[in-house]
Amino acid sequence: MYLTLEIAKTHLLAKPKQTIVAMMGVTFGIGMFIALISLMTGLNDFTESLTMTSSPDIHIFNDVTQSRPSILSEMNPHGINLVYHQKPKNETPKLRNASEIVRLIRKDPRVWGAAPMLASQVFYNYGPVQLNGNILGVEIMEEDKLFDLRSKMKSGRIEELLTNHSGIIMGTGLARKLNARLGDRVVITTPQGYTLTLKIVGTFQMGLGAIDNVRSYANISTAQAILQKTPGYITDINVKLKDLHQARFIAGELQKSFRYKAEDWETANSTFLTGNKIRNIITYSVSITLLVVAGFGIYNILNMTIHNKMKDIAILKATGFSGNDVRQIFMIQSLVIGLVGSLAGLLIGFGLSVLISKASFPGGDFISLDHFPVQFNPRFYLIGIVFGVSTTAIAGYMPSRKAAGVDPIEILRGQ
Amino acid sequence: MENVLITHNVNKYFYEPEKFQVLKEIDLTVRRGEFLSLVGKSGCGKSTLMYILSTMDSDYEGELEIAGERLTGKGQDALASFRNQHIGFVFQFHYLLPEFTVLQNVMIPALKLKKYSRGEIESRAIEKLKVLGIEEYAKKLSSKLSGGQQQRVAIARALINDPDIIMGDEPTGNLDSYNTHLVFDIFRELTHTYKQTIIAVTHDSEFARNSDRVVEMSDGKIITN
Repeated sequence: MYLTLEIAKTHLLAKPKQTIVAMMGVTFGIGMFIALISLMTGLNDFTESLTMTSSPDIHIFNDVTQSRPSILSEMNPHGINLVYHQKPKNETPKLRNASEIVRLIRKDPRVWGAAPMLASQVFYNYGPVQLNGNILGVEIMEEDKLFDLRSKMKSGRIEELLTNHSGIIMGTGLARKLNARLGDRVVITTPQGYTLTLKIVGTFQMGLGAIDNVRSYANISTAQAILQKTPGYITDINVKLKDLHQARFIAGELQKSFRYKAEDWETANSTFLTGNKIRNIITYSVSITLLVVAGFGIYNILNMTIHNKMKDIAILKATGFSGNDVRQIFMIQSLVIGLVGSLAGLLIGFGLSVLISKASFPGGDFISLDHFPVQFNPRFYLIGIVFGVSTTAIAGYMPSRKAAGVDPIEILRGQ
Repeated sequence: MENVLITHNVNKYFYEPEKFQVLKEIDLTVRRGEFLSLVGKSGCGKSTLMYILSTMDSDYEGELEIAGERLTGKGQDALASFRNQHIGFVFQFHYLLPEFTVLQNVMIPALKLKKYSRGEIESRAIEKLKVLGIEEYAKKLSSKLSGGQQQRVAIARALINDPDIIMGDEPTGNLDSYNTHLVFDIFRELTHTYKQTIIAVTHDSEFARNSDRVVEMSDGKIITN
């Protein structure tokens, strides 16, 4: 073993240029793999966490636009009925018995939390200008449990809302537009045309312009007052699960038992998730292509080396080296190329990832992002080195086997 | 004197392009310390016989015994390690490993055998180089030496494990007359001083004439023994 190692070392060092070129193929492949996958998973995680901040695992609401059987078909079930352009019934989006539903859902051991909610369109008055927006009436502590609101507060504390009935927690984007600060009062106009003065007790930033620029949180009772509804008027229930991958299944159950539309996050965010999948597919296929190309490079170089070393192989076998020893000599060479190349690739991949994560990438008004999100996950580096070494092992195995099978007589007497 | 190599009734066939018997009932006995030349016209089968004697070709009928060990029917790996210990080779071309120094080339078969420590192997290798008068080139890359010097390194390599037999396939075939004489004198000295057995295939009639014993082959048979 030691002797084959020494011979392999001498072979590698005798042609340093060729060895380095072979290593660079692997290095480049692994480096790009690391950089690509770090960036892509960083992006995926970023979009996923954004998505999860803005959407609950399961959203229960009264879908009044859901198509329903026409009255005609109810009256005349066996006839041929044609109803063109049926409109929805005039019913409120209220969830009946909402507090009871919330209580039942919270009992479910798979559920982390359930928060009743009430949303209203409002106009925020900024002098003569009215800005379109909405107010969410929530149980603030439960909302925090679901969406970790506390960590997104830019000023004020969420507890302030509990003690302040006309208080709101406003999105930072909206506050900036209104030129309002913590403690300021803002005047809103309700859909029914009343005006109301509310006090800003906090500001939050989700990082998503679509939310930060339009939304405020208020107590449920405040929202009910805005809409001039009775206490108990709830339009939505947000549910967070312990395991979010069960959402689709549990949503179906909830929809069946409460007869209200229950939408899971995967359905609500299918475009986001499709994007994630496509990015993953691209990342892996590009990386694998790079590595396969590097593998062919190694195969080629080793094949050439072995072709040039036929006489050496023959004399080694004549003087007592077995086929196994010869295979070892060339396998060691390809593994050393693979290992050193992969390690260098990991370094370069890490360097590239650091560079990318430092590159500025302004997200504009819609996403609060100033650098590329890059994930530094040791797992990628492990995959990289395993992948790099196994590719070179496979690429080196075939030529090495050929070398092991060389018949020394053919070479030695052929001349 | 004891017999170091015995063959009994060795037959060998080639199957390409058609079945053809190259060796016919070869019975050969070589004594220890003999300097034997194997001669004959091209195609008479002398090289084929030598490769069977060297154990590299195991595709034959009959029996082969070297140093008291029956080798017929052994596996490739067993034969390889047998060659390592018992047989040294000198070919028409030197077949040194070009990336290694002269000393390393001589040492490699001994490092493979692992009978001695690395330090002992090195001093033994230098000793062999001294016998052949090339110890001053020990640290040079083998590819930098002249043809005659390289052939002498090859002989040193063949000697390093104190083999029972040295086999030569046209060992002087590629050398000028000066180096041919030199190599021949080395062979002579090895047999006379060190009782080294040598079997060499040769075309060189002078080389053959001066060896201890000449075996002449024709059409796959031994005609003069």
